[in-house]
Amino acid sequence: MTDKSKTQSKTKPPPTADNDDIGEETRLKLFKAQLECRHLEKRAYDLFLQNLIKGTSHLGLGQEAVAAGFGVSMRPDDYTFCTYRGHNHTLVRGVSMTGILGELMGRECGLMAGKGGSMHLTSVEHGAMGSYAIIGAHLPVAAGAAWSAQIRGTGQVATCFFGDGTTNIGAFHEALNLAAVWKLPVVFVCENNLYMEYTAIEDVTAVKFPAAGRAAAYGLDSIVIDGNDADEVYRAAVTAHAKARAGDGPSLIEALTYRHGGHSRADPAKYRPDGELEAWLARDPVPLYRQRLVDYGIDETVITAMEDETIAAVDEATEAAKASPRPSTDVTETEVWADGGSSWRN
Amino acid sequence: MAELTYRDAVAAGIAQEMERDESVVFLGEDIGAAGGVFKATVGLLERFGPDRVRDTPISEQAIVGAAMGAAMTGLRPIAEIMFSDFLAVCWDIIANQIAKQRYMTNGQVTIPLVIRTGNGGGARFGAQHSQSVENWAMAVPGLKVVAPSTPADVMGLMAAAIRDPDPVIMFEHKALYAVKGEVPDTEHVDTLGTAKVLRKGGDVTIVALAAMVPKALAAAEQLQAEDGISATVVDVRSLVPLDTETIFREVKNTGRLVTVEENPRLCGWGAEIASLIAEECFYDLDGPILRITTPHIPLAAADNLEDHMIPSAARIVEDIRNAWD
Repeated sequence: MTDKSKTQSKTKPPPTADNDDIGEETRLKLFKAQLECRHLEKRAYDLFLQNLIKGTSHLGLGQEAVAAGFGVSMRPDDYTFCTYRGHNHTLVRGVSMTGILGELMGRECGLMAGKGGSMHLTSVEHGAMGSYAIIGAHLPVAAGAAWSAQIRGTGQVATCFFGDGTTNIGAFHEALNLAAVWKLPVVFVCENNLYMEYTAIEDVTAVKFPAAGRAAAYGLDSIVIDGNDADEVYRAAVTAHAKARAGDGPSLIEALTYRHGGHSRADPAKYRPDGELEAWLARDPVPLYRQRLVDYGIDETVITAMEDETIAAVDEATEAAKASPRPSTDVTETEVWADGGSSWRN
Repeated sequence: MAELTYRDAVAAGIAQEMERDESVVFLGEDIGAAGGVFKATVGLLERFGPDRVRDTPISEQAIVGAAMGAAMTGLRPIAEIMFSDFLAVCWDIIANQIAKQRYMTNGQVTIPLVIRTGNGGGARFGAQHSQSVENWAMAVPGLKVVAPSTPADVMGLMAAAIRDPDPVIMFEHKALYAVKGEVPDTEHVDTLGTAKVLRKGGDVTIVALAAMVPKALAAAEQLQAEDGISATVVDVRSLVPLDTETIFREVKNTGRLVTVEENPRLCGWGAEIASLIAEECFYDLDGPILRITTPHIPLAAADNLEDHMIPSAARIVEDIRNAWD
């Protein structure tokens, strides 16, 4: 394990019904969200190996607790902005698995009829305002959505997920400064998975914590959490969302986590030191949370039923996506403009 | 009709729309308390308040990114990028995000925003504050592009751009800010995608944009007086959508096309028009197409050097004379 992962190993007593600020219902939601992310993402990997998903894909296996903790804390009309590694963050808003797998497979049933692909999953009706594939771009965009909510007085909060690599690009700093100066209802969530792409973030960053270490520059608290512990993520999310909704401005949260695979499909992740993956697999958020539910007193049969149900849902979505036809090539010429068309001349 | 400067017409167009629609907001560097570095937005902060007229830090990505996020969620932002050269600083957000988001999401979002920016040369500012970059924007699918040449057009096209449901880049020409012209007293809304025929002639059709329009008109008068060459002058006004109907009709009437472009030569907007004419009006042409542009060189700062590079009325006259010989 690296130094960073040691900092997140904490021994906490298991929660009990008497000593629980989260509650059974929310705990089950947190587990279900993580399970759905895990099994859908594993299926995406399998479909890649079967060549049913083309192009590239950036999987969030190992990082499910961050999406789950924030997703469960959100109001249905809140906004999510995420990156090309955005399948988890999109799914936790309640977006259909068939829509996601269909988009990954380039099918008519895809969320965007195949026009966006793996790196751009969006479902505006669920508040999933887009997955942005150029590092940093969506931080100012999330700030703008928060500005809009502030002006319209809706109480909506924008949550913006990004990776550790984003902290070294200009848009990160511009967005944080603007959000802080304008006290915008936006929560910036850095998933620090130790690697920007193929390079360790610590080798190219001036501070130990790439996001939290910069927070003071924008007058924000330095917050580092265990991103593999859905309870800790959820608590941080509730606090930050409440602060934003109260008009007290943005938060920047650095969640320490780990991606089980490489950066993208093309990356076997051979740059990782021996034993690092194994150490993090021992802190895999999904089995970790499963054990916590058992310790909490949830009946094993309830947990197993939830797992079976999730796998069945993923199977069903897979079959539905496979059965969906390729989109008509007619869609290539639609929806450039708000009138539905693409004409640039009369 | 009232006489306004081009710069006052900018503020008048924005004010007309902010008055009408409270979802219209305006952000940019020095636009509020200072009234804009070109004084094109004087009075808007006082009239509409700091919630709707926001001074920003020098953060172009944050400006256009915030405008995008606001546009996706119910507002109609106007973002100022002070000099069009600075579009390069935030081009990712404009070209990769704003232009593509609606298409990639298969129409899940609309992005009704305006990015207005000071474009063009003539102020001796040198190569990084003088460029005409309308062709950058024209090259990106998903952006509408307008470049008005008169106070009435800047007001009317501003209003049309703000009301349009798609992203519009409004290139205001810095050399025109002080120009005066008649502007309607009543609500004034123009139509995107429409060119204007400003002068009718029988021999040649000169197609120009922004600050090249008054130069083309002056050249046309001189050609008429000294050479007996009678020119039609078309102000393109809108590059995307492009009013090919008007341009084709006027080229067919005279049989000759001359474009006058301030952008550097390669892939300037006139190249697209020349290509369209060659493809679709070839048999109506009586002679070669002529493109008059700034050379494919960064702009120099000294007055005589800059004047030598940007097309002038004298150069338009000379080039057309040479083409006639």
